[in-house]
Amino acid sequence: MGLEGRWRDIDYLLTRQGNVVGPGFEPGPEIREFLQNDCRVLVVGAGGLGCELLKDLALSGFGNIDVIDMDTIDVSNLNRQFLFRMHDVGRSKAEIAAQRIMQRIPGVSVTAHHCMIQDKPLDFYQQFHVIVLGLDSLEARRYMNSVACSFLEYDEDGQPDLSTIKPMVDGGTEGFKGHARVLIPGVTPCFECTLWLFPPQTKFPLCTLAETPRSPAHCIEYAKIILWPKERSDDSFDADCEEHMKWVYEKALARAAEFGIQGMTYQLTQGVVKNIIPAIASTNAIVAAQCTLEALKMVTMCSTGLNNYMMYVGTDGVYTLTTPYERDEKCPICSAGVSYEVSPSTTLQQLIDGLVADPDLGKHLSAPSVSYGSTNLYMRGALEGQTRHNLEKPISELVDGEGSVIHVNDRKLVSAMKVRLKFNGTNGHMET
Amino acid sequence: MIKLFSVKEKAKKDAAAANGKQQKTTAGELRVQKDISELDLPKNVSLRFPDGNDKIMNFEVTLKPDEGLYKGGAFLFSFAVPSGYPHDPPKVKCLTKVYHPNIDLEGNICLNILREDWKPVLTITAVIYGLNFLFLAPNADDPLNKEAAQMMQQSPAQFERLVAQSITRGCSIGGDYFPPCRGERSS
Repeated sequence: MGLEGRWRDIDYLLTRQGNVVGPGFEPGPEIREFLQNDCRVLVVGAGGLGCELLKDLALSGFGNIDVIDMDTIDVSNLNRQFLFRMHDVGRSKAEIAAQRIMQRIPGVSVTAHHCMIQDKPLDFYQQFHVIVLGLDSLEARRYMNSVACSFLEYDEDGQPDLSTIKPMVDGGTEGFKGHARVLIPGVTPCFECTLWLFPPQTKFPLCTLAETPRSPAHCIEYAKIILWPKERSDDSFDADCEEHMKWVYEKALARAAEFGIQGMTYQLTQGVVKNIIPAIASTNAIVAAQCTLEALKMVTMCSTGLNNYMMYVGTDGVYTLTTPYERDEKCPICSAGVSYEVSPSTTLQQLIDGLVADPDLGKHLSAPSVSYGSTNLYMRGALEGQTRHNLEKPISELVDGEGSVIHVNDRKLVSAMKVRLKFNGTNGHMET
Repeated sequence: MIKLFSVKEKAKKDAAAANGKQQKTTAGELRVQKDISELDLPKNVSLRFPDGNDKIMNFEVTLKPDEGLYKGGAFLFSFAVPSGYPHDPPKVKCLTKVYHPNIDLEGNICLNILREDWKPVLTITAVIYGLNFLFLAPNADDPLNKEAAQMMQQSPAQFERLVAQSITRGCSIGGDYFPPCRGERSS
């Protein structure tokens, strides 16, 4: 299929042994066949990174690609999101990107999903072998992380069950800086394990905005945070609405003039309000290339994978550093949690007493609270009075049965303890 | 590095893994559950969840300062915890109109841990203590209500009088009417 010799270089990688191949690598033509026919990869985001990722994945032999993005194409995207043209402005990024890749790379099938990542059910994400993230927000990353980690199960020995691991590759760029990272739930840290890695958004003190602005950004924030709710409380601010943005700009301009602050522009207003970080095409290309390579390695084992985080700095020459970040063993999202056996007729009070009395778990507990998903079964603190009545109820009435995961909170715990309930016939505690 | 897929077996995946028993919760909500279950509030603070016990991302806090200039008043705050919590701070507004140098007439609050000094290790309890502190020690150096701050600096006695009068009986100050602070939503 396609051009003669198109897969020559990929075949060099996939059909020959080497010194740095991954564990269990068995070279042969069936790997490429697997890539082209059976392997399913999902690209999340069809923006700057997404365009690069789609092109790279398609040209690396991935034959079945899905892409999801809720956004439409904006004029300002065209300088680097090279799959899009002027006449595509206003149309779905995912749909146009999918079309263009299929036009340019025969034999590749790209399925577009023009919606929010939250709109898709878990089954949708379940079908992919690997998920590659080209996102620009921590919020979306955390969501995808919770999706990938929700599939994860551990065996009796606390080892992750390999068939339940949904691997992800994450790319991110900010100007000349970028990162690529491999997330294998249960094996490498998830986003929640290393939440501290993400820098806080710069926020100015409100009183500085209100009384002593010193920069154009202070004036813009003032217009948006203080003036908008004051003067237009009936409209909810929409950063994509030009009239809203112009209004903020005008107000910010007036305020800058009042305080003798130079350098206010409409573009800067957009940048501050939408928290836009200048995107640089070459950074996207470098990071996407690394991510694609990691996806390829993860699926084929043709080479040892990244362990597990690479940062790239292109501000002053070219610098990369690879760091093996460590998992948080107590991570409420990706950790194994514990199994606990109870009788379905055990009351919540008995369950809590049992946990506290347990020789292992009890060490970490003094006065536990229990939640099941969003349902707060028994909460100490502010909700004690409202949740106390649940203590007398049998646990089988409060959760969805065998295998339900409850979260136990306690002052002695750094974060919630995941407890998977196993129902037995007798009314007793876990026997070891 | 581990081998996740066996190409030879066409990597068949068991799509119906025994999942689905885990109710959907976000990482942010898990953290709020922890915060709420460990709330250790001083007696002068109460909390309520207008949307029910299981909708804990939005709630209201009533604060009744037990000493200082604002003793005798009751102040209602709304807390909206964003999904980015605890990376992002909770959004807090003062719903009771109050004459205070660090709170403006729209209920915006100038408290460092709500913005520039927020850290993910901080908790809902920490924010409530921060608010409590704001009423014990109003800070004229970081004004959000400039007139109040100036008054506090230039004529502390007059400021004290105005605060006492506004929170107990309600009064107009500089053209703005401040209803008595009884822990209700103003306007």
